[in-house]
Amino acid sequence: MSMDRREFLKIAGLSTILGGVGGATILGGLRGEDVEASDSSHAHGNRPASTLAMVVDVRKFRNESEYQRCIDACHKVHNVPTIENPKHEVKWLWREDFEHSFPGQGHEFMEEGVEHKDFMLLCNHCEKPACVRVCPTQATFKRKSDGIVMMDYHRCIGCRFCMAACPYGARSFNWQDPRGFISNPNPEFPTRMKGVVEKCNFCAERLRKGLKPACVEACRDNKAMVFGDLEDRNSEVREILRTHYTIQRKPQAGTNPRVFYVIGG
Amino acid sequence: MYGKGKILFGLAVFLGLVTFPFYSNLGKVGAVPEPSLNTPVINAMRDKECVESEEFMEAEHMQLLDDWRNMLVREGKKKYVNSKGKEFDISLQNTCLNCHSNKEQFCDRCHNYLAVKPYCWDCHFGPKETNWTKETDV
Amino acid sequence: MLDKAIVGSRTYWAWILLLMGISGVGVLSYLYQFHFGLKVTGLSRDVSWGFYIAQFTFLVGVAASAVMLVIPYYLHDYKKFGKIVILGEFLAVSAVIMCILFIFVDLGQPMRVMNVMLHPTPWSVMFWDMIVLMGYLGLNIFIGWTVLAAERKQVAPPKWIKPFIYLSVPWAVSIHTVTAFLYSGLPGRHFWLTAIMAPRFLASAFAAGPALLIILCLIVRNVSKFDPGKEPIQTLAKIVAYAMTANVFFFLLEVFTAFYSGIPSHQHSLQYLFTGLEGHSNLVPWMWTAAILAFISLALLIVPKFRKNENILAVACAIVFIATWIDKGMGLVVGGFIPNPFERITEYTPTLPELLITFGVWAIGFLVLTVLYKVAVSIREELG
Repeated sequence: MSMDRREFLKIAGLSTILGGVGGATILGGLRGEDVEASDSSHAHGNRPASTLAMVVDVRKFRNESEYQRCIDACHKVHNVPTIENPKHEVKWLWREDFEHSFPGQGHEFMEEGVEHKDFMLLCNHCEKPACVRVCPTQATFKRKSDGIVMMDYHRCIGCRFCMAACPYGARSFNWQDPRGFISNPNPEFPTRMKGVVEKCNFCAERLRKGLKPACVEACRDNKAMVFGDLEDRNSEVREILRTHYTIQRKPQAGTNPRVFYVIGG
Repeated sequence: MYGKGKILFGLAVFLGLVTFPFYSNLGKVGAVPEPSLNTPVINAMRDKECVESEEFMEAEHMQLLDDWRNMLVREGKKKYVNSKGKEFDISLQNTCLNCHSNKEQFCDRCHNYLAVKPYCWDCHFGPKETNWTKETDV
Repeated sequence: MLDKAIVGSRTYWAWILLLMGISGVGVLSYLYQFHFGLKVTGLSRDVSWGFYIAQFTFLVGVAASAVMLVIPYYLHDYKKFGKIVILGEFLAVSAVIMCILFIFVDLGQPMRVMNVMLHPTPWSVMFWDMIVLMGYLGLNIFIGWTVLAAERKQVAPPKWIKPFIYLSVPWAVSIHTVTAFLYSGLPGRHFWLTAIMAPRFLASAFAAGPALLIILCLIVRNVSKFDPGKEPIQTLAKIVAYAMTANVFFFLLEVFTAFYSGIPSHQHSLQYLFTGLEGHSNLVPWMWTAAILAFISLALLIVPKFRKNENILAVACAIVFIATWIDKGMGLVVGGFIPNPFERITEYTPTLPELLITFGVWAIGFLVLTVLYKVAVSIREELG
């Protein structure tokens, strides 16, 4: 029996609805219900209860400040230190041009608009994360309820195997105590300590309170970053993926990234 | 005994070294500190109750905090239901320290007395603890 | 038997004191790193493993190479190795200890190292690496000690030790295979993503380890009354010659695949290492040194006239050791991180504290090695 991807997604989507799940899970999560509790009751077939994903519509970033406000929002709320030395830099959300965001995917006659555009990069919260596979202590793990690749900073031994494994350079190591590099910290979120690896957490702590990720919130006026549940066929992310041509970073790595990019058209 | 002098000398040095913590602390033991409950939030409470009983918290607070961090970080649970069925938000910074806003008088006193150094505060904030010297790394 | 290690000549004690001094400096440097964090090293967000992991990788090979003595002696009854098989096993012991220390000093949160055992994670290659290294350490201490104790009493080793010896053969292969898997199973690192990583590791291991062992045998002969004998050394030399040939051959296979296929991402690291990439060329002189030394060593090892001259052989072995150390240590580990996942280049140079810690770990390793060799050699001297 042959079934193309589109058909498969249709059936998968339909069966999800028939199963009575729909988008209830993530909406529940956004409303502040216990995300984990819904895991076992809503999981359906081989599909997880919810799969959180981000769509970055780079067309909508028009100037420096529109990027910067997202980055600042993220780094501020998570107490990400500002370290000038690129060797010791820590970043959760940052910009790169096309050539370096999608190495090997460009060519010399590319449309200039895309070629010179900066892309928002962050942890891809992959379906099959290489970092989770290699971590010897399960300090980084994939949360079953929503697919977020989490970090347990209490458990990380700082071996940096995950940094070698991540094909996206999404992970930063604390080469020193980060506290000296955070001005006006957010007292509601911890900092990290020296010797552990950190990265974007899809704002797990904000989702818990029913809020959207800080970067998504920061660009809500132009909707340059959209966040939602891939298991909910009516979600905004699914709608954009259905109607626009989107790409992922290094799909050949087999990790199936959950961050998608709308690049043009 | 062959080399008697050397052996006895060696033993004396060894004993002197291993008992160092005992005699160096002789007479230095102060009174057992009493953690202070004098904070605005606690004073305003009608029933002065922690998430669990006082005896339990005294003996098991570290275990409870360890369970909490696993529940929150790893299992994604955000509520703790105590033995009486009452719910609490799982958060060191925002639940524990909301009442115990006097970290120095509540946490540190005892920890210092027992010479334990929990590294909670390397990452989590105590109240009014967000001022530190800026560093540069260029 | 350890009593043999606390009696010795002035030179012996001077050597011990020297090693203790170097390890002391290493320990102090480590305390400095422990306090300030790994920022005191040359490592970075882009090159997140460096000198420590390079030494670790190289030394796993040295450890595994004991099997090159165990197989001929125990499986093929090649009696001539009887005198030196213990030297191979004790070299493995000290090499594994160095491996464990190099992992330890590389950790950001070393106090939590037991988490690897508290939260066993069978899908992590590093978890398995810990298991096989610990197991290999145990096996070699146990086998070496038992066999040596029997020898001292001039009786045959107990029969029950045989299964452990046989087990140590595949186990030796496993430590280096699993270590290769640390690298070759990562989806985003093209330089490491190669099925012949494990064979390459084994080939370079079986060159570097026996090369070091030959040098150690020659030293033992000079400083003690125990002579490992000419013939076992010559046999080892042949092993080094074959293994080094295979090592160079495997490397050339990598070069062919990368450049004939024309896939840029497979070429970048090799280009960085041998020609420099986008103006970055820190490792180029090192890699050419390694390449030239490798070919010189092959010439010296393959031509029987040279190989049979122990002075030339010693030089050849030293060259093999240096060449494989540069190639597998610096080249392989650092090269794999360059370019980074964004195809940008950040170079890496170890810092002084990093070097002092590294020397410290080597000194501790050699301290263990010296003590173990002293025991083994003294017993041989006793028996005449």
